[in-house]
Amino acid sequence: MKTIAVSIRTTVALMIIVLAYQLVVTGIAQAVMPDKADGSLIYNDKHEIIGSKWIGQNFTSPGYFHGRISSIEYNAVSSGTPNYAPSNPDMLERTKASVEAWKSENPGIPVSELPVDLITNSGSGLDPHISVEAAQVQIPRISKSTGIPEEQLKELVAKHTQDRELGVLGERVVNVLLLNIDVQKTVNGK
Amino acid sequence: MTMISYIAIAITLLLSLLLARPAGLYMAQVFNYERTGLDRWFGWLEKPVYAIGGIRKENYSWKQYALAAVLSNAVMMLLVYLIFRFQGVLPLNPSGIASMEPTLAFNTVISFMANTNLQHYSGESGLSYLSQMLAIVFMMFTSPATGLAVGIAIIRGLTGKPLGNFFVDMVRAITRILLPICFVLALVFVALGVPQTLEPTALGHTLEGMTQEIARGPVASFLSIKELGNNGGGFFGVNSAHPFENPDAISNLLQILLMLLLGTGLPFTYGKMVGNKKQGRVLFVSMAMMFIVFLGISLASENAGNPAVNALGIQHQQGSMEGKEVRFGVAQSALYSVVTTASETGAVNTMHDTLTPIGGLITIGNMMLNTVFGGVGVGFVNVLMYTMIAVFLSGLMVGRTPEFLGKKIEGKEMKLIAVTLIINPILILLPTALALLTQSDTLSNPGFHGLTQALYEFTSAAANNGSGFEGLGDATPFWNISTGIVMFLGRYFSIIAMLAVAGSLAAKKTVPETSGTFRTDKALFGTVFLGTVLIVGALTFFPALALGPIAEFLTLKP
Repeated sequence: MKTIAVSIRTTVALMIIVLAYQLVVTGIAQAVMPDKADGSLIYNDKHEIIGSKWIGQNFTSPGYFHGRISSIEYNAVSSGTPNYAPSNPDMLERTKASVEAWKSENPGIPVSELPVDLITNSGSGLDPHISVEAAQVQIPRISKSTGIPEEQLKELVAKHTQDRELGVLGERVVNVLLLNIDVQKTVNGK
Repeated sequence: MTMISYIAIAITLLLSLLLARPAGLYMAQVFNYERTGLDRWFGWLEKPVYAIGGIRKENYSWKQYALAAVLSNAVMMLLVYLIFRFQGVLPLNPSGIASMEPTLAFNTVISFMANTNLQHYSGESGLSYLSQMLAIVFMMFTSPATGLAVGIAIIRGLTGKPLGNFFVDMVRAITRILLPICFVLALVFVALGVPQTLEPTALGHTLEGMTQEIARGPVASFLSIKELGNNGGGFFGVNSAHPFENPDAISNLLQILLMLLLGTGLPFTYGKMVGNKKQGRVLFVSMAMMFIVFLGISLASENAGNPAVNALGIQHQQGSMEGKEVRFGVAQSALYSVVTTASETGAVNTMHDTLTPIGGLITIGNMMLNTVFGGVGVGFVNVLMYTMIAVFLSGLMVGRTPEFLGKKIEGKEMKLIAVTLIINPILILLPTALALLTQSDTLSNPGFHGLTQALYEFTSAAANNGSGFEGLGDATPFWNISTGIVMFLGRYFSIIAMLAVAGSLAAKKTVPETSGTFRTDKALFGTVFLGTVLIVGALTFFPALALGPIAEFLTLKP
C-alpha cells in the first residue's frame, strides 16, 4: 500500500518536472530563435507562407527542378512512404514507370545519367533535397522550358548546393524549394 | 560510397568511444549513495520530489525493489492511459486530435512504459500536444530511469552490496543524468532547425499554387530524450527520417551519440562499481566487435543497392535509395540503422522495411541477440545474463562449480536465467507463427519479405526496440493486443528474474579466488562470451531468418 502511495505521489512530482522542462525549452527557443522554433517557414513578399526550408514540395511543371518521389505528394500534415521491400514487384513497376516518364520529359539525355534518388521514394515523403547530380541533369529541360540560359541555371544550382557538414558528414545536397524560388524569381524578373 | 563517408563513420564512432568512459564513471558517481559534490547541484530539484513523493532513503530487498519498479510503472501506465483516452476533450489540443481507441491506447501505454516505443499511430494525427508532452515525454523519462535503476541495483547485488532504493535511483537517473543532458541538447537541436512550438499546423501556398499543411510542435525537447533514453518513438510518423526531426548531418551525428551514450557507458559503470575495470572493458570490447562486424555487412549491402533497380540502367552510385533521405545517403542511413537496433532505441532515419535483405537482416539480428550494448540499463542486464551463461558453460567444460565475481553460480540462479533465456524466442516465434496463419492480409509486401515483416514486429516488441517494418498494417486489435502483451513480458519478466538472481547472489558468501578460478576479465572470456551469444542466438533464430531475409536475398535477381 505504501509503495502505491509513493508511486502515485512520485508520478505527479515527475510529471510536473517533465512538463516544466518542455515549457522552459519552448520559452527559451521562442525567445532566442523564434524562426527556427516555428519551423523555419519561408514567406513571400505579401508575407504569406510559401512552405518551410526543411519540407520538400511537389514539383511537376517542366520549368521547375523536381524532387524525390513522394507517395504522399509532400503533404506535410503527415509523413510516410509505401514501405516497399526491395523484392516488391509494385516498387519495380513504379520505378520503371518513373524511368519512362523521365525519358519523355527529358529527351536526349541518356538514362545512364539519371541518378537513383530521382526515381526512388524518400523515407519521409518530404525530403527537401536531391543530389547535386540530380539537379544538374535537369538543367537542359528547365532551360528549354523557361528560357533561362543553362550557364545561369548552373550558377543557381551551385549557389544552393550545401557541402557536407564540417566537410565530411552526410552528403552534398541541393535544396529543391530554395532553388526553385530563385528559378521563379529569375523567370519573373525577365 | 566514397572514402569520405568512411571517414565520417570513423569520426562518429571515435567520438562515441571517447564519451563512453566519462559517461560510465559519471553514472557510477550518480548512483553512489555517499554524499558527493553532485548533491549540491541537484539537491534543489530532488528535495521537492522526495518531499512530494514521500520517498525515504531506505534499502530495499530484491522483492521490494522489483515490486516498486512494477507498481510505479503500473501507476504511470494507468494515468497515461486516461490521458490518451480523453485527449480529445483535454486542453493543449490546438489541431483538434480525437481521443484514442482502447486497444491502441493499451498498446501505446505499454509501448512507452516498456521503453519500446512501437507506434501503431502516427504522431501528427494521433496525439494532441498534451499527450505528446505530458504522457509520451513523461514516460520517455521514467521508462529509461526505471531500466537504469534496475540495472544499477543488479550490479550492486552482484557485488554483495544492498540493492538500494528504487525511487531514489529513478529520481536520480532523471534529475542527474537524463534531464540536464536533454535540456542542453534540445536547445542545440532547435539551433539546427528542429521546431519547438505550441502553434498548430501551418498552412502554406506552394510555388505551384497548391496548399501544403505543415505539421510541427514541441519537437526538440521530445527528440533529445527520445534518443538519450533509448526510447525511439517519433514525434512524427516517419521518426528521424522527417526533416523536422533530423534536419541535417550534424543533428544525425548528435542523435547517434545520444543513443550510444548510456549503453556504452554502462560497462564502465559496472567495472567501477564491482572494482574491476578490466571486467567492464572485456565486455565493452566484445560488444564493440560485434557492432563493427554488423555495421560493415550492412554498409556493404546497402551500398551495393537493389540489383533489380540497378538493372534498369540508371546511375546507381548512391546505392539503395528507396526509403532513404538524400542528406544522409547510404552511409549515415546504414550506420543509424545498426546503432538504433544495437542500442534498442528504435528511432529510424531510413525506412527499415525498404532496407536491402541483408541490411534488414542485420537490424533484426541485433534485436534478437539484444546484447550489442542494448537499451538503458536492461540491455546491460541482458549482457550480464549471457555472461553468467558463459561462466556456467565454462564451468561445465572444466568440471568446476562456476564462479562469477567471487560468487558461486548454482542451480537456483541458472534456472532463473534459463527461463529468461527461453522466454525471448517464445515471445518472438510463437506470435509470429500465429500472425502468419491468421493475419496475412496485414502484410504489405509479398513473399519472403512479408514473413520478415511479422518477425520484425515481434522481435522489436520482445527486445523493447520499437522500430518496425512499417509497411505492416499494425493498427488493428490483433497487432495492438499481441504486441502489447509481448512488450510487457519482454520487459518485466527479465527485470524481475534478474533482480531475483542479483538478490540470491548478494546473499551468498564470497569464495576466495584461486589459481583454478576461471578469470572473467581476460580476452579468453570475451571469446567465450561472444561464442555463447552467437551460438545461442543462431541456434534459436536461424531457421526463421532463413525463411525471411536470407530467402529474399537469394531470390532477389536483376
